[in-house]
Amino acid sequence: MSQTFLGLPTRRRTTDAADEPFGPVPHPQEPLRWGDDFPAAAKQTLKNDQLRRNLGHATQVIRTKRAAVVGEVPDWEALRDAGSAVKQQVMAHLPDLLQQLEENVVARGGVVHWARDAAEANRIVADIAKAKGADEVVKIKSMATQEIGLNEALADEGIAAIETDLAELIVQLADDMPSHILVPAIHRNRSEIRDIFLARMGDAPPDLSDVPRELAMAARAHLRRKFLSAKVAVSGANFAVADTGTLAVVESEGNGRMCLTLPETLVTVMGIEKLVPTFDDLEVFLQLLPRSSTGERMNPYTSMWSGVTPGDGPQEFHLVLLDNGRTDVLADEVGRSALHCIRCSACLNVCPVYERVGGHAYGSVYPGPIGAILTPQLTASTGGVSGHHDPNASLPYASSLCGACYEVCPVKIDIPSILVDLRAREVDADRSSRGVDPWRTAMKAAAWVMADGDRFALAGRAATLGSGLGGRDHAISVAPPPASAWTKARDLPAPPRQTFRQWWQAEHETTPEHEEGAR
Amino acid sequence: MRIALAATCLADTLFPGAPRATVRLLERLGHEVVFPADQACCGQMHVNTGYFREAVPVIRNHVETFAPVADGEWDAVVMPSGSCTGSVRHQQAMVCRRAGLDDLAATAEAVSAKTYELSELLVDVLGLTDVGAWFPHRVTYHPTCHSLRMLHVGDKPLRLLRAVEAIDLVELPAADSCCGFGGTFALKNADTSAAMLEDKTANVRGTGAEVLTAGDMSCLMHIGGGLSRQGTGVRALHLAEVLASTREEPTPLPETTFTRPERERPARTEAAR
Repeated sequence: MSQTFLGLPTRRRTTDAADEPFGPVPHPQEPLRWGDDFPAAAKQTLKNDQLRRNLGHATQVIRTKRAAVVGEVPDWEALRDAGSAVKQQVMAHLPDLLQQLEENVVARGGVVHWARDAAEANRIVADIAKAKGADEVVKIKSMATQEIGLNEALADEGIAAIETDLAELIVQLADDMPSHILVPAIHRNRSEIRDIFLARMGDAPPDLSDVPRELAMAARAHLRRKFLSAKVAVSGANFAVADTGTLAVVESEGNGRMCLTLPETLVTVMGIEKLVPTFDDLEVFLQLLPRSSTGERMNPYTSMWSGVTPGDGPQEFHLVLLDNGRTDVLADEVGRSALHCIRCSACLNVCPVYERVGGHAYGSVYPGPIGAILTPQLTASTGGVSGHHDPNASLPYASSLCGACYEVCPVKIDIPSILVDLRAREVDADRSSRGVDPWRTAMKAAAWVMADGDRFALAGRAATLGSGLGGRDHAISVAPPPASAWTKARDLPAPPRQTFRQWWQAEHETTPEHEEGAR
Repeated sequence: MRIALAATCLADTLFPGAPRATVRLLERLGHEVVFPADQACCGQMHVNTGYFREAVPVIRNHVETFAPVADGEWDAVVMPSGSCTGSVRHQQAMVCRRAGLDDLAATAEAVSAKTYELSELLVDVLGLTDVGAWFPHRVTYHPTCHSLRMLHVGDKPLRLLRAVEAIDLVELPAADSCCGFGGTFALKNADTSAAMLEDKTANVRGTGAEVLTAGDMSCLMHIGGGLSRQGTGVRALHLAEVLASTREEPTPLPETTFTRPERERPARTEAAR
């Protein structure tokens, strides 16, 4: 066990994975694009049996909890419709609503900053922290700050960002990357967490066991010191209410409430899509979110604040409104509903692909089905490489289109349809590229055959020539590429001696009344 | 009723037993089945892989072949596949519109309004749950993702199966979980697909069923491919093959997962050659 206190939290921008006892992934330059393309990354993570066991168990538990609490709401489908409608309204009026939000935040004593991209947002936060003379900031778990790599950017400026959410703290101590939107350390089990605490949390009791309560107590003691000393806190936002200028954070551990009330200065980084028009709209989302995310009827802590209240809580409040590709996503008729996402992560928990490969295979801080549609759209406009040269171009294919994500999405994002649309875009982007693409060649040839009954009948008849291929059990076990990808784990049926239409002709065609149909 | 059969490209070529059983079942129930020979494929594979442009002629062929149903020449189109019916209902018109083919899109919608997956046709259109079938075997049912979540067939297939005489229907654990096929997903993400398949076949084996049935030959080809590789001896039969079976004319169990029984094949005729 290492006794060295490594000093929170210098997450290095790039580290050699081999040097890191815990972090399985080197830290990326780009939080939305790291590592191999999806099939290659998944191939690696699938080999990790511990990961698969941890994830299989954890997603099963959350799935069951969610299903139970959703099942007890009689108007759940109406709530989903309402959530979807509010978000559509927000997207249709986003510029106006953002201005309204800015006016109301300013009127209540807050300061509003606009950030076009990650670099601008990071610069704004770092400047505020420096102006306050802070070399340490406490953080509430936030996807927006993950997306822009804020912790790493602050570290470059000599400012330590301390994650105070328990799971986020585990990830940070392990010098790891999050693998889930809501449960970033879902890929870890409790004995791994104990080992991480013992090695990396300087003040962990040496006799720490892997009992969850003990682990939580150790983290609590460790964090309490930080809450009391920090001058600046950084948060994300679950919602911002345009007509009152109110920000809202929902959480389970109380660490958020600490960060939002104790430090003198609060900086909130929020994606511009996180708006709701009116305070009443929160009624819908505060029902949808906890049931969809943690499977709770209500989350333990809901904190709301509007600007600055003299003598109570932070006396300086900054709101950083982050675009980082969102305006371009908004311009896309099909893809824009990805911006409706309220980051509940229900789609991850039900996804059979995510459950097996884990979050790191997606190479983005947004994993799972929502990540597969959000990440490539966000990066397409922020220096994305077109076509299959971009590893993110493989993300829309990281789904069997089973539809489980759409079924649970609290704001009814039709993820499968968007995945298919993004595939079409990727295919079209590649059309201009020279060279032979075996997929394109095969698809063109198949289309020619499948667009005509006669040609298809001929192809079917040709296939029957292979009816002897499978031997007695009619199963082909070894095949040349690309069918070898199939036969690695599955047999392929040998073609029958007679196609269906051959049988039909033999059986039915002689009867005159069928002639037209059987033409 | 006069019902046009869309056999689906996969079943026509690789699994003729499924559309044959569909014909046998519907004819036994007193309906006339028509097989428009111009048909080939609905375009699902091209659409789901992102090849919208290539999908257009495939979709056009399907829509034009089945357009007579919109004019009342046939009462319905039946497709013994949840995913193909799903593609007809949710994708064809969209792809046509994207290609600027609004008229074709409108025809596609008119055709899709009268296109039914097998269990939908039997339960919703023909009003049946007991089709008079007899199938004395232990069977487990995989609901298939597109039947379940795209068509929302609910428990219609199970209601049909429960009404089968002598059947020993056993519940498949984690039935609604995807088998990992996903069309070209099984090739593009072969490792992930195989991991999903592993869990599905383990659940099928756990039921002790002799027969795995589903409403979609593509999923059955995938799960069956795994069951065959593992040497389980579990047979993959389409829902139509179970429902077509009667005491007088039982659907014989194939010897292994993919073997089709020899005696179901009539002698080749001149027309078939």
